[in-house]
Amino acid sequence: MTFSEFMFGVFPYMCIIIAIIATTWRYVTDKFSYSSLSSQFLENRDLFWGSITWHYGILGILTAHLVGLLIPDSILWWNMEPVRLYVLETTGFVLGLMALVGIILLIIRRFSSSRLKVVTSNMDKLLYVVLFTQVLTGVLTAIFYRWGSSWYSSFAVPYLWSILELRPNVSLVDNLPLTVQIHILNAFFLLFLLPFTRLVHMLSVPIKYIWRPHQIVRWNQRKQILGPF
Amino acid sequence: MEVRAQVSMTFHLDKCIGCHTCSVACKNIWTDRKGTEYMWWNNVETKPGTGYPSKWEDQDVYKGGWEPKGKSIGLKVTDKFRGLANIFHQPHLPTIDDYYEPWTYRYNDLFDSPAGDDQPTARPVSMITGENMDINAGPNWDDDLSGSEIYAKNDPNFAALSDGEKEALFEIERLVFFYLPRICNHCLNPSCVASCPSGALYKRGEDGIVLLDQNVCRAWRFCVSACPYKKSYYNWSTGKSEKCILCYPRLETGQPPACFHSCVGRIRYLGVVLYDAEMIEQVASAPENELVDLQKEMILDPHDPEVIAQAEKDGVHFSVIEAAQKSPVYKFLKEWGLALPLHPEFRTLPMLFYIPPLLPVLGHVEKGNYNVDVENYFGSLDKARLPMKYLAKMFTAGDETKIREVLEKLLAVRMFKRAEQVDDIDQAEVDKMLEKTGLTPEMCEEIYRLTALPTYEDRFVIPPMHREYAADALMGDPYSFKAEAGIGGFKDRPERGL
Repeated sequence: MTFSEFMFGVFPYMCIIIAIIATTWRYVTDKFSYSSLSSQFLENRDLFWGSITWHYGILGILTAHLVGLLIPDSILWWNMEPVRLYVLETTGFVLGLMALVGIILLIIRRFSSSRLKVVTSNMDKLLYVVLFTQVLTGVLTAIFYRWGSSWYSSFAVPYLWSILELRPNVSLVDNLPLTVQIHILNAFFLLFLLPFTRLVHMLSVPIKYIWRPHQIVRWNQRKQILGPF
Repeated sequence: MEVRAQVSMTFHLDKCIGCHTCSVACKNIWTDRKGTEYMWWNNVETKPGTGYPSKWEDQDVYKGGWEPKGKSIGLKVTDKFRGLANIFHQPHLPTIDDYYEPWTYRYNDLFDSPAGDDQPTARPVSMITGENMDINAGPNWDDDLSGSEIYAKNDPNFAALSDGEKEALFEIERLVFFYLPRICNHCLNPSCVASCPSGALYKRGEDGIVLLDQNVCRAWRFCVSACPYKKSYYNWSTGKSEKCILCYPRLETGQPPACFHSCVGRIRYLGVVLYDAEMIEQVASAPENELVDLQKEMILDPHDPEVIAQAEKDGVHFSVIEAAQKSPVYKFLKEWGLALPLHPEFRTLPMLFYIPPLLPVLGHVEKGNYNVDVENYFGSLDKARLPMKYLAKMFTAGDETKIREVLEKLLAVRMFKRAEQVDDIDQAEVDKMLEKTGLTPEMCEEIYRLTALPTYEDRFVIPPMHREYAADALMGDPYSFKAEAGIGGFKDRPERGL
C-alpha cells in the first residue's frame, strides 16, 4: 500500500468510523457536554463581525459542497454557459472569503481578550488551526485552480462517492494539486475531530423550534386522581 | 376549563428590611460554583434604583417579555424564524458587564507578604480572569442609594413621572425608597420557555415550577434575553443556562425554599393556587389595563365544587386542592385583593405577587420638616412621598386606581387596629374607610394576623409534592421501593464540554 493509498483510501474510513462511534457515545453518555459554548456573554462586539461572517460563509460553502455531491451532473450542465459558471464561481468565492475573514476575526478575538482565554481549551486552539487550514486551502484552490466547481464535480465528487460506496478510488485524487489534497484530507480530519470538540454543536440545529408550541409542560404522569371530595 | 396547580408566592414589601439574607441563603446553596458567581437567583433591589442587571426593567433595551402581535402576542426579542437567523449572534443579549464582574480578594497577600514599611493589602481580583481589577459594579450597587444621580435617577419606572415630580423625589427631605426582593416569577406564560430553540426550559405540570433541563440546553441563550425579569442566567463556564428552581428539592421534602425560610422580616408567603390553563393566551393578550384583573380571574376558587371536580379530572391530587384552600397567596391575592404582580405589562403572567409598600406614604414634609401628621395619623395617600404613578408603573401597568385601592385597604387595616388598640381614631372614620375599601372587621383582623403574627405554618403551606408519582415515572415499577429512585440528575460532575 502506498502512502497516498493509505491517506485517501484508509484514513477517511478511520475518521468516519471514529466520528460516528464517538459522537454517538458522547451523545448517549454525556448530553451535558453538548453545547455551543457561546462566549457572547463575555465579549459581544467583536463576536458579531466574526461569528456572523464565519457562520453564514461556512454554511453557504458547506451547502454548495453538498449540492455538488448530490447533483454533480447538474452542476456541470450549469457550468456549460460561461456566464452561469462565473456566477457560481463568484458566489462560492465570496462565501469562501466570508468564511476566511470570519475565522480570522474569530481567532484574533479569541486571543485578544483575557476573559476569553479562560474559556479557550486546547481543543479549541487545535480546531482553529484545522478550520483555518481548511478554509485557506479552499480559497487558495478557488484562486489558483479554476474552475473549481467543474472539477469538484468531475473528480472530487466521484472520489467522495467511491468512499461512501465502500470502493475507494484513489486514482481520482492522486494527481490533484497539493492544496486540494490537503483540503480533502483536512476535511476528514475535521470529521474525526467532530466528537472531540465543540464542533458537536453543529448537530444540535434547533430546527424543531419552528413547529413546536411556545409553552412546554412536563408531567410526571397525568391521570385523573379522585379524592375524598 | 382546565385546572392546573401552581406553587405561587407573595412578598409583603412593607415588611422587607433589605437585609439580603435571602440572597445569601440562595447563593450559598445554589450559585457558589464557577461560572455562577455573578448570578443572584434571588436579589434585593432598592427602589427607586436601577436594579440588577442594570436597568433590567427597560425593555426597549433588553427586549424581554411579550408584545401584542395581531390578535395574540409574540416574543419581543425574537420570533421563530428570526430566532434561528440570530442564533450565531444575539443582538439583545446582556453581557457580564450589564450585571457585574465577580471578584474576590487576594487574602493570602495579607499573610504571605514579606515584612515592609507598608501594611499589606488584599487586592481585588476578577473571578473570571484572576487578574487584578477595579471594582465598579456589584449586584446591589444601588443599595439604599435613593437620590443618587447614577442609580436612582436612571430608574426606568421614572418614565411615568413628570420632570417636576422626578425633581421632587430628589429633594433631600423627600428622599424615599423601599426594597424589592426578586426571584424567578415561575410565570404562567413564561417567555424563557417560549424562546428556547432547544426546548430545554419547561414548566412542571404538577406544581408549575419553571425549570431548565441542562442536558437539552445548547447555550443559545435566548432565555436570558427573553425573560423580562432577567432571571435566567448564562453560566459562562459550563456553557449552560441556569435559573431559580424554587428550591424544588426542598419543597419536595416539605421545606420552603431557602430564601423564604431564611427571610428575617418574614415577608414571604408560599402556597399553591389553582388556575384555568385554558385562559392563558386570552389573558396574556388582553389590553394592558385589563391584565391585572384578568390574571386574578384566572386564579380559581379552590372551595368551588365545580373547580374541585374539574381539578380532580385534570389530575390535580386532592391533597394539593386541600393545600390550595389554605393557601396564604390565595387569601392575599383573591380574598383580600392586596397582592399585585410585578410589571404585568410584560405579559408573562408572573406568579410571584407583591403587596405594595405603604410605609413611604406615612410621613410627609411640611415647611421643610419631616412630619407625621398627628391629627390625621395615617396621613393621606395624596401626601404620599412616593408618587402613586411610580408604584402604578411597577405593579399595575400604570393604572393608579388599582394601586390606590390596595393601599387604601392597607390603610384601613391599620386604622382599624389603631382604633381597637390605641383608641384615638374616631370609629365613624374607621367605618367609613371599611365601607370605602369593602373590608369587614373580620377581614381586617385576619389580614392583621397573617401580616403581623403569622407562624411558619401560616406563611408556608407547601402542598405534598407526591414524589411517589415521579418515582413511578422514573422507575417504571409501581411496587419498587421509592427511595431507590433518587432525584435523577447527574452521575458525573456537570463540567464544561470539550
